[in-house]
Amino acid sequence: MITTSGLTKVYRSRGREVTALDGVDLHVREGEVFGVIGQSGAGKSSLIRCVNLLERPTSGTVTVAGEDLTALAGRGPRAGRALRQARSRIGMVFQHFNLLSSRTVRDNVELPLEILGITGKERSRKALDLLDLVGLADKATSYPAQLSGGQKQRVGIARALAGDPKVLLSDEATSALDPETTRSILQLLRDLNRQLGLTVLLITHEMDVVKSVCDSAALMEHGRIVESGTVGELLATPGSELASALFPVGGEASAADRTVLDVTFHGEAATQPVISQLARTYNIDISILGAAIDTVGGLQIGRMRIELPGRYEDNVVPVGFLREQGLQIDVVESAAEPVLVKESAK
Amino acid sequence: MTWSQMQPLLAEAGQETLIMVGWSTLIAVAGGLPLGILLVLTDKGGLLQNVLVNRVIGQIVNIGRSLPFIILMVALMSFTRWVTGTTIGSSAAIVPLAIGGIPFFARLVETAVREVDHGLVEAVQAMGGNTWTVVRKVLVPEALPSLIASTTTTVIALIGYSAMAGTVGGGGLGDLAVRYGYQRFDTGLMWVTVAVLAVAISAIQFAGDFAARTLHRRGAGSSTAPALRLLRPRKPAPADAGKVA
Repeated sequence: MITTSGLTKVYRSRGREVTALDGVDLHVREGEVFGVIGQSGAGKSSLIRCVNLLERPTSGTVTVAGEDLTALAGRGPRAGRALRQARSRIGMVFQHFNLLSSRTVRDNVELPLEILGITGKERSRKALDLLDLVGLADKATSYPAQLSGGQKQRVGIARALAGDPKVLLSDEATSALDPETTRSILQLLRDLNRQLGLTVLLITHEMDVVKSVCDSAALMEHGRIVESGTVGELLATPGSELASALFPVGGEASAADRTVLDVTFHGEAATQPVISQLARTYNIDISILGAAIDTVGGLQIGRMRIELPGRYEDNVVPVGFLREQGLQIDVVESAAEPVLVKESAK
Repeated sequence: MTWSQMQPLLAEAGQETLIMVGWSTLIAVAGGLPLGILLVLTDKGGLLQNVLVNRVIGQIVNIGRSLPFIILMVALMSFTRWVTGTTIGSSAAIVPLAIGGIPFFARLVETAVREVDHGLVEAVQAMGGNTWTVVRKVLVPEALPSLIASTTTTVIALIGYSAMAGTVGGGGLGDLAVRYGYQRFDTGLMWVTVAVLAVAISAIQFAGDFAARTLHRRGAGSSTAPALRLLRPRKPAPADAGKVA
């Protein structure tokens, strides 16, 4: 639904060049909620603003719903008619809502309809329908200043949906909201995604956002996509930074001659009582050092750090058993090992 | 001089001031508003970025602003004759007043429009709006309270300028005060004129402030605008921010 290839954005100011995007290839499938996460300055904002060409990429292409927007854009800095029409089919919500303070809630939602040239009864009916959809039908005649943050963002979402978009871009939509309101807005986005088949690309710096609504995620660092994939794929990737950030597990080995394993459950395996099977089959004592189990995108997924007695060499068979059960096993190198390596090097 | 003698003089002068200031304000707003908006749009990073146009308009506005009004009036004499066919009288005074008012108002408009949050402009662009839509639906309506305050300032400045219009026979209250107070030592009429001007200016300022505040506070639901409640009852702001539908 959204594809960027080789997207590069370089800002020039006073002879200095800052590369905000450095060859970003992103692919968002139709009907999914895709989260881009990264620290501030990683280039997330530039990326999402390049998708509807609010920011002109220095090079690379952006395709939304099969339409090559970079080709529509033309050369000049001004948006031509074709690009403006394409933009009207892409909804966007903002961190600071960006509602017009001089207009009522309903008139704010009507604004994109005015731009589309929809008039009279149809326009007001549509605006009221949208407000109903986001649960704010009773606030139609209020002004934005009279609303809470969560309500303002609901208006922003209603406004973004006015042009019947297939794609919704969310630029840190929940970053200015408190945790409870954040949850309700994310729930709304999830509902809209399911009800309307809306494809959502959201950027955020909060891992919780990715965890609660995203089907897929990408991690951005220094203008590049470092990791990307569905949540399941990410978890299945050994050493994935996103996976370990989504499911942080900690814990150190209690003694030198122990084996520490990170066990990742997803899909079928998550429902099997593998740990107790392991203990019974091999008659070993298992300590759980840390665990995180959660539902991500409707799937139960978890990570657990366990400790088995004996060195890794002694535990090859039990580890093989766990792998046979369809679990992903990562052996955690103990902190003591590098010292041993050094000694043996002498 | 008695009050009954002063009355017709004041009425006539007041009318002249009203005509001069009224028309010149209208022209200054009509000319200054697009110029001020253009100054913002053509500026670096603006929607119609154009350094050359921006510099040229900026320079014209600066020159217009820096010339003392009395010199502007004399310098524009031939232009005034071309427009109105005369260089004396109230209608002749309107021309330099309007020309002096345009750059004055344009700078105020520029400041007011610059205050509009760029995020709103971006939101409209993301909806597929063009530059004209941005101007019409965002920049002007969102800056309206400031624009009204700017108009108030312009009207008052033009009343000040119009006192100098007496030198070209334009008449008006300022001219009346100079003629009677300075040239005939009739301080009585002068003080009455000063009082009339003071009252008029206070009234304009009050009306302008009220209008700007009414628009600005719209929807704020704040208790700092008691005057507003006379117009329309307001609902209080939502008490619970967290509970949303």
